[in-house]
Amino acid sequence: MIETATISKSLDVYAIREQFPVLGRMVKGKPLVYLDNAATSQKPQVVLDALINYYTQHNANIHRGIHTLAEEATAAFEDTRNTVREFVNASSREEIIFTRGATEGINLVAYTWGRQNIKAGDEIIISTMEHHSNIVPWQILCEEKGAVLKIIPVNEDGELLMVAYENLISEATKLVSIVHVSNALGTVNPVKKIIDIAHQAGAVVLVDGAQSTVHLDIDVQDLDCDFFVLSAHKLYGPTGTGVLYGKKHLLESMPVFMGGGEMIKEVTFEKTTFNDLPYKYEAGTPNIADTIAFKAAIDFINSLSKDAIRKHEENLLAYATEQLEQLPGVKIIGKAKEKVSVVSFVIDNIHPQDIGILLDNRGIAVRTGHHCTQPLMTRFGIPGTTRASFAVYNTLEEVDALILGLEKTIKTLS
Amino acid sequence: MSVHNTISATEDEIVEEFGLFDSWDDKYEYIIDLGKKLPHLEEQHKKDENRVRGCQSTVWLVSEYHDEKILFKADSDSVIVKGLISMLIRVLSGHSPDEILEARLDFIHRIGMDTHLAQTRSNGLLSMVKQMKNFALAYKLKNAATAES
Repeated sequence: MIETATISKSLDVYAIREQFPVLGRMVKGKPLVYLDNAATSQKPQVVLDALINYYTQHNANIHRGIHTLAEEATAAFEDTRNTVREFVNASSREEIIFTRGATEGINLVAYTWGRQNIKAGDEIIISTMEHHSNIVPWQILCEEKGAVLKIIPVNEDGELLMVAYENLISEATKLVSIVHVSNALGTVNPVKKIIDIAHQAGAVVLVDGAQSTVHLDIDVQDLDCDFFVLSAHKLYGPTGTGVLYGKKHLLESMPVFMGGGEMIKEVTFEKTTFNDLPYKYEAGTPNIADTIAFKAAIDFINSLSKDAIRKHEENLLAYATEQLEQLPGVKIIGKAKEKVSVVSFVIDNIHPQDIGILLDNRGIAVRTGHHCTQPLMTRFGIPGTTRASFAVYNTLEEVDALILGLEKTIKTLS
Repeated sequence: MSVHNTISATEDEIVEEFGLFDSWDDKYEYIIDLGKKLPHLEEQHKKDENRVRGCQSTVWLVSEYHDEKILFKADSDSVIVKGLISMLIRVLSGHSPDEILEARLDFIHRIGMDTHLAQTRSNGLLSMVKQMKNFALAYKLKNAATAES
């Protein structure tokens, strides 16, 4: 049985909802039911306040100014770095590089570490369930270097075939780049084991944490991953800022990514010396405002206890899954034993796009399509799915609204 | 078939029909109904070269040219998109290349479809219109070339 009532009370979802202004709006004349959180989460008032406060009180370029505003902005920006370090338990703040998001983090590693370390005949392992962001940078690199991309297959439940992975690993494996939580299926991959196996073969591991960071406790030291990427906007933070975590010795040995201001120590026309970590990888004026506001998002999550959030989201997922399975013609795609916050499904003879349009007409936001995981959709022999994804502010009533909306949609379309 | 109507008269007809519905629920039901009634495209036409790009769903569009008029046939795996195509066919099919090229097609805006559909799907609709106009242009250029030779 679902025990959300008591758990929700301890989390007080309704009080949490009050902190998210957009959740109060109407869409197509109906109260918004926002179930597209795997694409991006909504932002609490504290994050919006942090943005306004920055622009109204502290706006300045950071790190070089000696005036008060520049010092305040620099302190706030670096404070986010400290908060992120703690949040993912990195051993040092020099290991926290600000990027535009998870995609940029992966590309940074591909263009620096990858260019330096991948040679012809080397192998890079990814999986069938990767987001295009964790496929394309490696394809580009492999093409350039004559390296080979190897793919871990996925079983019918949407889980990685670990035996196949162990067979793919060899001396030729230089990198394993793996998604922590699948954006399309919600599968939680056993990354710790994957990392361990890769390390035994001497390979480096990048974990794509774009989806996982908001749901799971992240401890990069415990995972022992070499790189970890995340996006602030999936963590109740602003768009356009994210983090690349890298082990210090790797970040130190890697060549620079982009050249420009901030990342240099000294520039003459003969030779430029580069700045120390983490600034070495932060060329140009960074996204100061959004990065500062990102701290407010992490503080918001920390104020709630991730345990309580996870329990609440587990209940939403279990309830939605149970209800969906009772609808005629519905087939859930992705039934992994370890799963968080995402339920993807297809309905017999109904195109996901039609479901999306009719649900939107009822104020319900879901995602339809291939979710930037076309190889995974091909694996399941489908063009796409309808995906509902949950966040801390979603309620059982919203799941009911989804189910009711789907009942009507199925009736209208069949 | 409204072959005797001008394009703009058919557009007016559609706008009038949509005026009868109070809610978007009803409008969508009407569009879905149109989609269900649109004849399936023969399988041999469902090939890559007939696909319209820019749609989340798959759309196939083919044309024929008879007696200086273009006839369109189309299909989609999305029934709502099929309903939209059905309206476009009703408006444009059976007209000359020039008439199709000049068609303003503001009924899409007048029935509120452009604002009601999310941008991505609205773009799909625009892709279909563009493809139909491309056919018209192609026939027009072919006619001009034939006349010259």
